[in-house]
Amino acid sequence: MSVTSVASQQQTHQGHSGTLDHRKLGMWLFIGSEVMFFAGFIAAFVHFKVLNPAESALLDIPLTTVNSFLLLTSSFTVVSALAAIRERAVRRMWHFLIATWFLGAAFLMGQALEFSKLFYEGVTLHSVFGCTFFSVTGFHGFHVLIGLLWLLLILVKTFRRKIAGPEQAMQVEIFGLYWHFVDVVWIFLFAVIYLIR
Amino acid sequence: MAVDAATGVGIRARRASWLRYFSFSTDHKVIGVQYMAMSFVFLLLGIVLAMLIRAELAAPGVGVVNARLYNGIVTLHGTVMIFLWLIPALVGLANYIVPLMIGAEDMAFPRLNALSFWLFLVAGLLIVLGFVFGPAEAGWTAYAPLSTLGPAGQSFWIIGLIVNGFSSILGAINFVTTVVTMRAPGLTFWKLPLFVWSILAMTVLIFMGTPVLTAGLFMQLFDRSLGTVFFSPSGGGDPILWQHLFWFYSHPAVYIMVLPGMGALSEVIPVFARKPIFGYKMIAWSSIAISVLGLLVWAHHMFTTGVAPAILFPMMITSMIIAVPTGVKVFSWLATMWGGKLTLQTPLWFCIGFISNFLFAGMTGVMQASIPLDVHFQDTYFLVAHLHYALFGAGVFGAFAGIYYWFPKITGRMYNETFGRIHFVLVFIAFNITYMPMFWLGVNGMPRRVADYVPEFATANLIISISGFVLGFSFLIFLVNFFMSWAWGPKAPDNPWGALSLEWTLPSPPPQHNFAGRKIVVRYPYDFGTPAPGSGHQSSPPDGAGG
Repeated sequence: MSVTSVASQQQTHQGHSGTLDHRKLGMWLFIGSEVMFFAGFIAAFVHFKVLNPAESALLDIPLTTVNSFLLLTSSFTVVSALAAIRERAVRRMWHFLIATWFLGAAFLMGQALEFSKLFYEGVTLHSVFGCTFFSVTGFHGFHVLIGLLWLLLILVKTFRRKIAGPEQAMQVEIFGLYWHFVDVVWIFLFAVIYLIR
Repeated sequence: MAVDAATGVGIRARRASWLRYFSFSTDHKVIGVQYMAMSFVFLLLGIVLAMLIRAELAAPGVGVVNARLYNGIVTLHGTVMIFLWLIPALVGLANYIVPLMIGAEDMAFPRLNALSFWLFLVAGLLIVLGFVFGPAEAGWTAYAPLSTLGPAGQSFWIIGLIVNGFSSILGAINFVTTVVTMRAPGLTFWKLPLFVWSILAMTVLIFMGTPVLTAGLFMQLFDRSLGTVFFSPSGGGDPILWQHLFWFYSHPAVYIMVLPGMGALSEVIPVFARKPIFGYKMIAWSSIAISVLGLLVWAHHMFTTGVAPAILFPMMITSMIIAVPTGVKVFSWLATMWGGKLTLQTPLWFCIGFISNFLFAGMTGVMQASIPLDVHFQDTYFLVAHLHYALFGAGVFGAFAGIYYWFPKITGRMYNETFGRIHFVLVFIAFNITYMPMFWLGVNGMPRRVADYVPEFATANLIISISGFVLGFSFLIFLVNFFMSWAWGPKAPDNPWGALSLEWTLPSPPPQHNFAGRKIVVRYPYDFGTPAPGSGHQSSPPDGAGG
């Protein structure tokens, strides 16, 4: 039993098997590895949270709820942007991506606010609550920042574009995957850090 | 520029071909060789460190090095052998061979592939450089608080490992994407060579486990430099947390180191027995099972830490269960050889050596999986023997089986078979004389990582040290064979072994774009008849067979 084929366009660097684009699979696998990275820090946080540290009373739940809402909305806007470019509506995509960017930036500012408040109230890196809290939310914020820089690149690249095709849609989709991952991690962090007592 | 008719390679390019390996390239074949070459340099360092250890332990008393430097040597030895020799060597071999086996032009992300190699190089330099600044001395396991309080070299060690982790994770993403999306049309998963299955299983472990280690490494770094208290008892932290995070990766790491060698055995044995592999699907599934189970056993390294039994008992069970899929492979290889027409050449010899050594590794592994026994064996030379039987006796032997097997394909030359056999005999005998007595030493209580021991152990240690030196020097035979054969060995044909996987349909070495413009005939890679290797005759499958 053998199958003969000539290595041709199917063997280009843009490999697909069926309809699975290799860059999408690559991003999913990367997200998988990043989830494991956060799992390590979340494990550390939970390991010490069971000791019921006093500082968790200082967490500002209302502020962070608003913040979470902003990030959640930014996931919605990125989906809308993807829908737009799939319908070739480049301007509409651009507007939704801009909205995503500002929502993400607002989230980071809210995090900075929360960090400085906690620091002012005496939560430092030298307590188990402090170091686990700041490291896990800090790395999350770092991932948001990377996302914002990436989004800036996409915005610049698509700024003057009148027409966009499946290639641009793929780039937005892959960014969207990363952004949703950042959002889902936050939902999990918010639940574990702020909501579960 | 003249073009060689057979290979399509530019003649001028070929004259300077070895220079390519010193430059930045996105060609998976170049990157594969770069990985392997660098890993051999680190292997030399690891061997020198091993010989220093054995020089110290040749006689009782602390004479050759002081006790603290000894800890630094032991730490660097383990770190180099694991992270800078065996894993990169296997990644390099896989990098070269896997795209060829699936009929692909290159890896899915060629530039990412190059980045992975150069990150590994930087990581290696950082780790070794750290030795100069006050060596990391907490063992390759870096337990807190010795690691969080140790000298500056420990920080180099941590950062080096973080960088190495990025290299590994990016590489793993590349491999999985390549295998899933870039197989030649018609090449279904159940027609994949088993080496590719083993690399799939290996890379899944890499990107599941390594990030957890990375998280822990950042925590250690923060403890050392930012005053955090993750692992500091006085600050409310917990050193055992480090052990959990470390072993969550490092147990899968040992399967990462052994799976590719197992894959190589599944390639070599059918070829040199001229028989189809026994139990193809079972071997494929066993690789996946080892991968999955391997993520669920880590606490067997922590049996003596006082962690809750509710965590330890299940992992005792899973640690014993994992012997089943590994046993399935051993039985399948034996069944493949049984009744086959064996050609006893170097690649097959290393397979036989693997199986013999792996028996001891596996049996003593199950012994240590038993909590009551492990309480006695923990951190003794019993473990040192077990781990070397597994990682060296199996892992490295499997790597050599693959290296000798694919040497003609990669270099375009045949290695010297006599030197190969001498290498095998020397390394196999010296290996067993070196490590077998360590089981006895461990049962009788000699602790690991200590520069001295009680006088009762002197004779055994002297024998081990002498044999260890022979073992170290045996590697020179391989090196001589390797360089001389690559430079002056007889030219290798496309398919010197009469194998049936796709890489053997290409010239040795393959042209730059692999299969471009060629017909790819996809077939089940183990349809063997009885003609001997080298006859050039490719058996055709019986009607209705294969797949």
